[in-house]
Amino acid sequence: MNRLLEALSRIFDFGLTGELLGYPFVQQALLAAAALGLVSGVLAPLVVTRRMSFAVHGTAELAFTGAAAALLVGVGVTIGALAGAVVAALLLGLLGQREHERDSVIGAVLSFGLGLGVLLLWMNPERAANKFTLLVGQIVGVSSADVTLLGVAAVVVLLVTALLYRPLLFASLDSEVAAARGVPIGLLTPVFALLVGVATALGVHVVGALLVMALMVTPGAAAVRVTASPVKATVLSVVFAELAAVGGILLSLAPGVPVSAFVTAISFGIYLVCRVVGGLRVKRLTRGSSAVAV
Amino acid sequence: MQHPQSPAVPSERSGGQVRTDETTTPPERPPAVRLRNAGLTYGTRELWRGLDLDVSPGEFLAVLGPNGAGKTSLLRVLLGLTPLSTGHVHIAGEPAHRGNDRIGYVPQQRSLRNSSTLRGNDLVGLGLDGHRWGIGLRRRAERARRVREALRAVDATDYARTPVGLLSGGEQQRLRIAQALVSEPSVLLCDEPLLSLDPSHQHRVSELIARRTRASGAATLFVTHEINPVLPLVDRVLYLVNGGFRIGTPDEVMNSATLSELYGTEVEVARVGGRLVVAGAESEHDHHVHEGEAE
Repeated sequence: MNRLLEALSRIFDFGLTGELLGYPFVQQALLAAAALGLVSGVLAPLVVTRRMSFAVHGTAELAFTGAAAALLVGVGVTIGALAGAVVAALLLGLLGQREHERDSVIGAVLSFGLGLGVLLLWMNPERAANKFTLLVGQIVGVSSADVTLLGVAAVVVLLVTALLYRPLLFASLDSEVAAARGVPIGLLTPVFALLVGVATALGVHVVGALLVMALMVTPGAAAVRVTASPVKATVLSVVFAELAAVGGILLSLAPGVPVSAFVTAISFGIYLVCRVVGGLRVKRLTRGSSAVAV
Repeated sequence: MQHPQSPAVPSERSGGQVRTDETTTPPERPPAVRLRNAGLTYGTRELWRGLDLDVSPGEFLAVLGPNGAGKTSLLRVLLGLTPLSTGHVHIAGEPAHRGNDRIGYVPQQRSLRNSSTLRGNDLVGLGLDGHRWGIGLRRRAERARRVREALRAVDATDYARTPVGLLSGGEQQRLRIAQALVSEPSVLLCDEPLLSLDPSHQHRVSELIARRTRASGAATLFVTHEINPVLPLVDRVLYLVNGGFRIGTPDEVMNSATLSELYGTEVEVARVGGRLVVAGAESEHDHHVHEGEAE
């Protein structure tokens, strides 16, 4: 407890924060966080609308497995996480075609992936601290090569999302009518799962596999509480995700507390505020429209 | 229309000629829906066969029959989602195909899933361009104008900016009709659009669809179990039973003799308190509302 209080007292030590900002590894971390915030912020409202929160969690666990495997064989962690997330997206897409099965398929796959990841870490002779960061994130470990890879992946995800945006929204809201209009539902579902997989893998490096939902789900869940406009929801979600990701790193610098603690706290704080604001908004709207006939 | 062969032709004659051309030989407009010897078989089960049907622009056709008679399958055939086993199907002169933008589609009324993330005008706008790739940055003003018009046509302007999840079933159904008609389709397909609506909303939604059918010139095929709100409004009825069918005006089809012949058993059509009741035909017409509500 004392350790926490002592650490938190340094949050406002701007001198130390400023000094740390001069280090290249901190700058790289901030760049990575900004890229991640943008991608996850754009995807989060769609993840929420398509009810894929649990799928994000499952994908993150397999990204962890991939990262653990990469550590063991000495390949880059980001590459390993990407490979794991892609396998997860394909598995979930393949096994979870039927909606009523999806939940249980994800549960089965993610627990196996987590177990496998633990085994891979145990086999690794490296020291334990390094391995722990795969689960809870280790922003200071982001290399400039990682930043480049993150940047490229972010651009690709954003471009594909923009291309698919309208049919995805249509299919998420009313798949029957969308199918009647010729939207290829059977193609969109796995492609979107793949996009989510790539974005999740990027998140594993920054906030860790366990906490990736703080960026991939919470900002979207908060945004759709306060607006029903798809455009506004996306903009708000990006702002929330950036606040959490970049803000979390900035706040964590001086105290030296793990980044994920701040990222998740900021994300959850925003969510709580949006719930309250959203509750008031619904009350106002229902009062306003009660006089409207059919 | 033919061009005058030479500008030297006397003007009165050429003018008269052109007018006659326009009034006596209008360009031949294909029926909005044309089925020829159409048949649909699932495995060994034959839904219907030998179906010949032309639906003209502006015509309102009710598609009736018991569960499993192939009413929804007929709509899927028109949408190009299910191929015919035999025969041909044309929509506005072209063979039916997937993703046909000549067709508007209104599905069963059920609460729009996750719909607090969307407003009325967003829902209608998706009917215009929701099937297109990209985020749609071009021609926003034109899009907004067409969405506004579609909302006005169904009297839904008041809740254009309300989250759809907060609207009643009848209001949501109005938005879906606007969504289906905003692209000015040649054909409007409605699959049980009255399910789980209360009787007064059933009447209003039926009247709205009938009104929009005449005004927009779309041919409407309306699949329903709720015959009473619709029968006074429709031009013709297509009644499907056990592989057979009858097409005609409501009076021609909805009588004891025709339905008994179609079902192959004693069916009585009676008028009770202004409502048409079909007795002996699995009594579908009476209990279906409750099934819808149980969802």
